[in-house]
Amino acid sequence: MHIAVITKSVPDTEAVVSVDAGGKLLAGDKLVVNPWDEYAITEAILLKEAHKAKVTILAVGPEQHNEALKHGLAIGCDQAIRVWDGALEGHDSLVYAKAVAAAIQKLGDVTLVMFGRELPDIASDAHIFQTARKLGWNLLGSVSKIEALDFAAKTIRVRRLVEQGTEVLSSRLPAVISVLKGINEPKYPTFIGIRKASKTEIPVWGLSALGLDAAAAQGQAAVTGYRELPKREGAVEIIEGASAQDKAAKLVEKLFAEKVL
Amino acid sequence: MTTLDPVLPIALSDEHVMLRDAVRDFARREIVPSAAQFDESGDVPLDTIRKMGEMGLMGIETPEEYGGAGMDTIAYVLAMIEIAKADASHSTVMSVNNSLVNYVLYKFGTEAQRQKYLVAVASGEKVGAYSLTEPMSGSDAATMRSRAVLNGAGTHYTINGRKSWVTSGPVAEVIVLFTMTEPAEGHRGISAFLIDTDRPGFARGKKEPKLGIRASATSELVFDNYECPVENLIGEPGMGFKIAMTALDAGRIGIASQAIGIAEAAYEASLDYARQREAFGQKIGQFQLIQQKIADMKTRLEASRLLTFNAALAKMRHPRYTTEASMAKLFASEAAMFITHQAIQIHGGMGYSKELPLERYFRDAKITEIYEGTSEIQRLVIARNELGLR
Ligand SMILES: Cc1cc2nc3c(=O)[nH]c(=O)nc-3n(C[C@H](O)[C@H](O)[C@H](O)COP(=O)(O)OP(=O)(O)OC[C@H]3O[C@@H](n4cnc5c(N)ncnc54)[C@H](O)[C@@H]3O)c2cc1C
Repeated sequence: MHIAVITKSVPDTEAVVSVDAGGKLLAGDKLVVNPWDEYAITEAILLKEAHKAKVTILAVGPEQHNEALKHGLAIGCDQAIRVWDGALEGHDSLVYAKAVAAAIQKLGDVTLVMFGRELPDIASDAHIFQTARKLGWNLLGSVSKIEALDFAAKTIRVRRLVEQGTEVLSSRLPAVISVLKGINEPKYPTFIGIRKASKTEIPVWGLSALGLDAAAAQGQAAVTGYRELPKREGAVEIIEGASAQDKAAKLVEKLFAEKVL
Repeated sequence: MTTLDPVLPIALSDEHVMLRDAVRDFARREIVPSAAQFDESGDVPLDTIRKMGEMGLMGIETPEEYGGAGMDTIAYVLAMIEIAKADASHSTVMSVNNSLVNYVLYKFGTEAQRQKYLVAVASGEKVGAYSLTEPMSGSDAATMRSRAVLNGAGTHYTINGRKSWVTSGPVAEVIVLFTMTEPAEGHRGISAFLIDTDRPGFARGKKEPKLGIRASATSELVFDNYECPVENLIGEPGMGFKIAMTALDAGRIGIASQAIGIAEAAYEASLDYARQREAFGQKIGQFQLIQQKIADMKTRLEASRLLTFNAALAKMRHPRYTTEASMAKLFASEAAMFITHQAIQIHGGMGYSKELPLERYFRDAKITEIYEGTSEIQRLVIARNELGLR
């Protein structure tokens, strides 16, 4: 009964994102826990409490990610592991998934892997699919409720949000799931948790510890540069007219002409 | 003269930084959005108070075995500042629980009292209250009129009288009460008791309508032949005044922190406004008269912080820190009044509007100059200690 929850630190949604002259992305230096992951972490802790499971929180990334891992420990995760290696710098989602899958395999007894729905900085959830594929486990995406979980019988039943409505799916374990906002009310760290977390040394697993070679860290996609968004040309036009009706009629006409209506 | 260690630069530990960030995040998400609404309605925000308890905010310095978080006074100061910055009312409830109720129970309570009452308050399960003031006695607490009389069998005290201005009076379930057992002895005749609110003879008076900290409910408590078992006496008979004053030393560090939190919120809003608002073709922050306000606000804020951290360190290192706590409370509360006042001025008409929280900060700041000893009383305490007068 071992759950692994995967977290990634992302720039604060309130941070001002810009690109410098050299094409380098500036997103403020403060990273925060991916807000989606907060639901995954809380759900893992709720499952831990209900099933006496063990929860490992895992991140792939440089030292800045320790903060998110400690946040997870302070909320109640039992251990934290950071996967990093200089060779992983600039990794694509597939390399990320390989690293996560290798770490899960190294942990050995994990039966449930949990992700937040997506990475808001790059608006992608590809890494979740890729991790499930690398592990060869079922993927249950966009879960809004875990309806039943039986570690002994190795089964899970979840409610998923799909475009047409909801879908109830059963799967055998091990499995990978991604959770939606609203599955729970995210927990805050407790002070006792903070005290424990601040004293915990977080182990770092490099490529060799994961049994991966440099080739595994070779991505298929690379970011070649960033560019500033073109400046928005906002023009204000005050519509003149004799009466309110007259102005409204002119407005409707313009909106038709611009194909807004 | 009783100056303790010189002020030392305070290097926050990882634990302190994590705690501050976690409380800041909690306060921003859970308290800020509804602070104005609770100020308006005057309702007690029991839901967020419960969540604060779950985090550990109601027993920061209480050891873990008694339901607390087992952290130090610096942690308490940091957490109080963050909560007060979001909403002073929440921090009032927090400060009474932490520095008045828990501190008294931990320092002076029996093991049985700690298990029964301290655990409940420190873990956030129950709200506590501290009741010293009476309608006819505030600053001059020793002239209180309420009485506790031991019965012939020596099993119960019968308590009669009226207490006033009890923070959390309308909702508290654990009350530390100070009342007179030996009227002839003056302040040496005061004793402290633990009150169970579900016993007969106890009643809560009406909620006091107030200028500020409106979401922290304050009321009278009425004792009418209330039978208090002797096991609920805290410390020895006659120790009450000493217990009350010891608690206030700790409490004043909390109120200083509360004042800093309110002031910081007002100051930060003012900085933003001075950078954005334009008049006469320039940002108002370009005017030297506005710059003067910013400089004075910042300086007083920083001085408040230093005095308060100094008092916190003094509490952690020395058995007596009365002067340090009083100086911090005196200075920080007057600074908070000054800073919130200037903040409204910098915001002009918008500062006076209920659409922004500046007017609330101003109303909330005022209480810090009054409770747990008025500014006049703090000056008296500091000067008497300095002059060696009693
Ligand atoms: C919102 C709120 C919450 C409170 N919560 C609590 C609580 O939880 N528990 C509790 O026990 N009490 C509480 N109090 C009471 C508070 O501590 C007292 O109001 C305070 O100590 C002042 O007492 P007083 O109101 O009787 O004023 P007074 O003592 O009557 O003072 C009136 C004025 O005279 C001044 N003065 C008095 N003595 C001197 C002197 N020797 N020299 C110079 N000036 C002097 C005072 O500074 C003040 O300016 C609360 C009060 C308020 C307003």
